[in-house]
Amino acid sequence: MAHRWKNTLSLKDVTPESAFLNRRQLIAGAAAGVGLSLGGPRARAETQADTLTPNDWDDITTYNNYYEFGTDKGDPARNARTLTVSPWSVTIDGLVDRPGAYDFDEIMAKMTIEERLYRFRCVEAWSMVVPWNGFELADLLDLAGVQSAAKYVAFETVLRPDEMPGVRYPVLDWPYVEGLRLDEALHPLTIMATGIYGRDIPNQNGAPLRLVVPWKYGFKSIKSVVRITLTDKEPPTSWNKANAREYGFYSNVNPEVNHPRWSQASERQIGGGLFSARVPTLMFNGYGDEVAGLYAGMDLKKNF
Amino acid sequence: MLQDRINGLARQVPVWAVWLLGLVPAVWTFYLGLTGGLGAEPIKALERELGEVALQLVILGLCITPLRRYLGVNLIRFRRAVGLLAFTYVSLHLLVWLVLDVQIWAQIWADILKRPYVTVGFTAFLMMIPLALTSNDLSLRRLGPRWRVLHRLTYAVAILAAVHFIWLSKGFQIEPLVYLAVILALLGLRWRPMRQSRRV
Repeated sequence: MAHRWKNTLSLKDVTPESAFLNRRQLIAGAAAGVGLSLGGPRARAETQADTLTPNDWDDITTYNNYYEFGTDKGDPARNARTLTVSPWSVTIDGLVDRPGAYDFDEIMAKMTIEERLYRFRCVEAWSMVVPWNGFELADLLDLAGVQSAAKYVAFETVLRPDEMPGVRYPVLDWPYVEGLRLDEALHPLTIMATGIYGRDIPNQNGAPLRLVVPWKYGFKSIKSVVRITLTDKEPPTSWNKANAREYGFYSNVNPEVNHPRWSQASERQIGGGLFSARVPTLMFNGYGDEVAGLYAGMDLKKNF
Repeated sequence: MLQDRINGLARQVPVWAVWLLGLVPAVWTFYLGLTGGLGAEPIKALERELGEVALQLVILGLCITPLRRYLGVNLIRFRRAVGLLAFTYVSLHLLVWLVLDVQIWAQIWADILKRPYVTVGFTAFLMMIPLALTSNDLSLRRLGPRWRVLHRLTYAVAILAAVHFIWLSKGFQIEPLVYLAVILALLGLRWRPMRQSRRV
């Protein structure tokens, strides 16, 4: 790997979950944090993660888009407990040296779990900050050995009608599929998340492992992955199949390219209550320094 | 007869009781929003609830004529309150969208002009204004037969409202289509007698 992304924050920097039980305490804590950082090392001020305050556990685990469990934001939290996440295996196939079914526990035994505090921006113009735990996708792909002919990575979500009440309706063409260009997949920011706040990732958030690509709209970060296929062709993606005019293959967070039905210029950060203000959306969701190079010379209005 | 009993009961219900009952969901949902009862994103939840109740009230208003014509149930006394409640909910829905949701004036205008589902919803709201303004005895007397013609705008409002709901939903979703189907069915019930009466 060319370089590993260095997270300047770890879980010990995350505001403890208990602090969120009392919002006033949280605000006081944040104020104290500002006071402390004035005297702290300057280097941290340069990283974007420095200003991030993670959403609390309840926000992250009760406000979800996981249409296999229903289209209401609360449906996944209500319905996803029926999903069997153990045993679990991920089939890695296509243009790889060692295709096959990789057992989740065996994957976990080989991976180094890191904390990643990322912005998460939904195409519906809301956002959260999530303290993920996981490993870089590149490390998982290394297990299978990516062949040089591979150009893209295709992902597939589990499809179990018995456990997923939402798939009775043709909201999308099930199973949910997503895809990345190989260089996007190998980028050190791209992770497979297996936990949140140091706990196992809840079913409604995509247990037992899901993709997280923080500079793209949330729907790219496919949940409950059962298949990863290396290919030489751009793979189909679910929302693009449903409505190609509205959802492109790349779907990078871009305040200048509007979704036909809503503006992407600003977003609402979840957790601010009934009177929370909108904030401007950042190019590449604030990860431009790390990822803009992937798209050098590309017309991002055309390749939205 | 059942309908006689219903009609008898309905005569005892004062119109202000319908207003009071009708405003309960708005007050309750707003209260929930303030106290954390609407989940992680209360603004969208409040906006959606107000919009959905408005649509349901429009449908309730459209039920009153067929109920009388086909089932002999007379609720015509409450129709004005139902219509004005629908307008109240649409206004609150719009207000939440303007003030709490979009917030940014430049973006509001861009949305109204450029986003078809907003354009459709906003058009339905504009069409309801003359209906609300003429929902009183004085207008009814002054306008005479023109009042009925004007208030047929309700049919267009109902269809636009359902289209607004379908258009803002992501993917293929059943619920907004059910609303449109119910509205079309209720309008269909009016279509036949209207043509028959013309032939007679």
